[in-house]
Amino acid sequence: MIDTVIQSMLSTIAGINGKVEGAFNLRENGQGVERYSTENVKIVPKKDKPGIDIFIRPGTKGESVHIPVVLTQSGLNDLVYNDFFIGEGADVTIIAGCGIHNDGCDNTEHDGIHSFKIGKNAHIRYVEKHYGEGTGTGERILNPTTIVDMDEGSSCEMEMVQIAGVSSTIRKTEANLGPKAKLLITERLMTHGDQHADSDVVIHLNGADSSAQVISRSVAKDRSHQIFHPIAQGNALCHAHIQCDTILMDEAHVQSIPEIEANHPDAAIIHEAAIGRINNEQMLKLETLGLDEQQAEKIIIDAFLE
Amino acid sequence: MLELKNVSFEVAQNDGTTQIIKDLSFTIPDGRLTVITGPNGGGKSTLAKLIMGLEKATGGEILWNGEDITGMSVTDRARLGIGYAFQQPPRFKGMKVSKLLELANGSPLAEETCCEYLSRVGLCAREYINREIDSTLSGGELKRIEIATLLVRKPKLAIFDEPEAGIDLWSFAMLVDTFDKLRKTGDQTVMIISHQERILQLADDIMVLQDGGIREFGPREEIFPTLGSINMSSYSCMK
Repeated sequence: MIDTVIQSMLSTIAGINGKVEGAFNLRENGQGVERYSTENVKIVPKKDKPGIDIFIRPGTKGESVHIPVVLTQSGLNDLVYNDFFIGEGADVTIIAGCGIHNDGCDNTEHDGIHSFKIGKNAHIRYVEKHYGEGTGTGERILNPTTIVDMDEGSSCEMEMVQIAGVSSTIRKTEANLGPKAKLLITERLMTHGDQHADSDVVIHLNGADSSAQVISRSVAKDRSHQIFHPIAQGNALCHAHIQCDTILMDEAHVQSIPEIEANHPDAAIIHEAAIGRINNEQMLKLETLGLDEQQAEKIIIDAFLE
Repeated sequence: MLELKNVSFEVAQNDGTTQIIKDLSFTIPDGRLTVITGPNGGGKSTLAKLIMGLEKATGGEILWNGEDITGMSVTDRARLGIGYAFQQPPRFKGMKVSKLLELANGSPLAEETCCEYLSRVGLCAREYINREIDSTLSGGELKRIEIATLLVRKPKLAIFDEPEAGIDLWSFAMLVDTFDKLRKTGDQTVMIISHQERILQLADDIMVLQDGGIREFGPREEIFPTLGSINMSSYSCMK
């Protein structure tokens, strides 16, 4: 039974169905259970604390690294440190993701502390999906911390998605951009029931010609709470654009706190934030195509979070 | 067949009510192309919305193929074969053009079919099918995609609300051609709200709506030559 649960979660959080291509590390209930490296991507367990170091050789192109985490044991509190070292000029995709299946009455928690050192002119795409399920009353808690240090000319695309079933999350993301570094963060979040989600993003644009874009879209249903606090700090000639959009439903509560700071005369930083119910014109348009209210609402939300 | 019997529409305004549509009765037989024209504020868009159910009539009856649809929801009317292309269509963050066309069709559409419909409204199709219907589209592009959704949907009654608004001259010629083809096939009943002479010339019938009532309604051959001489200044202004 457990195997089926794990397989289905791996498919949901990391798109894994069967054998994985490339380097791979699977962490199950607080233990590394399967691991392989490739010639260019070495995964090494840490000696002093739980977690792994991932070394990507300079110039590596087109490889992917999967490092999913699954928890099925109720009451477990799993803390892990994963450090990525991306060599100069590499271009790789990293698929992380965590799924919690909690059938018990105790809280299950995973705190993943990820750090990235992205070398000169390297490019990474980082995808992180969070998902919770299970019949227990115990909470499913995910508190990820991500710290990204970007060297000159490097670029990083981060897709962070929380699909459903996560009772509470406090997400902290910090990025430090060197000259000509380029960061794109897209965040997709849905909360329902009594869930809480906090997202703090701090971006320091330290290098000349660095740029950052944050696109955050969320849907808050039922009585759930969301707080967004993105900060962009321009310390050089730079561009940053933060865009937070939330669809508010039922009795949900959402707070969006923009913070932008310019410490250089050539820093250009924009923040846009909007919170509101589903646009009535959108509903009406879809109803004129023969969809009923529930169908129209689902289509609008699915597209918004796509 | 579409029938309106003594339809009126009032809205609350200041201390009293204002009548936007006044005791309107007319019939549109199947397969005709009717162009509704008349001065701004005359009630043209409101009339279209009353037929689609986007506004609810405050008096009278609307019958579609003999069935009273006056109290019916937008969804139910759509399912009975009534369709409406918005004058100012909404944008959808995250939704691709191809997805909207697929929703209009009611089932998946081949890429080539999507492209064919977009070409009919003057859009270079392959560039558009994967575009999102968000603020990156111009007003004219959005409008043409809106018209394409109704072409895909092929409702028995298709209502286009000022399809020419915001559309450039070149695309407009394409649009006129598309409406002309629609008229010639004759398997749909079409209502177009328009002020454009070239669209008026496509009409089987022309209706002039002014101050919420019908000023003129009849075959194009009769109405079109008189349009220039109709005094379009509002009655309420002349009082």
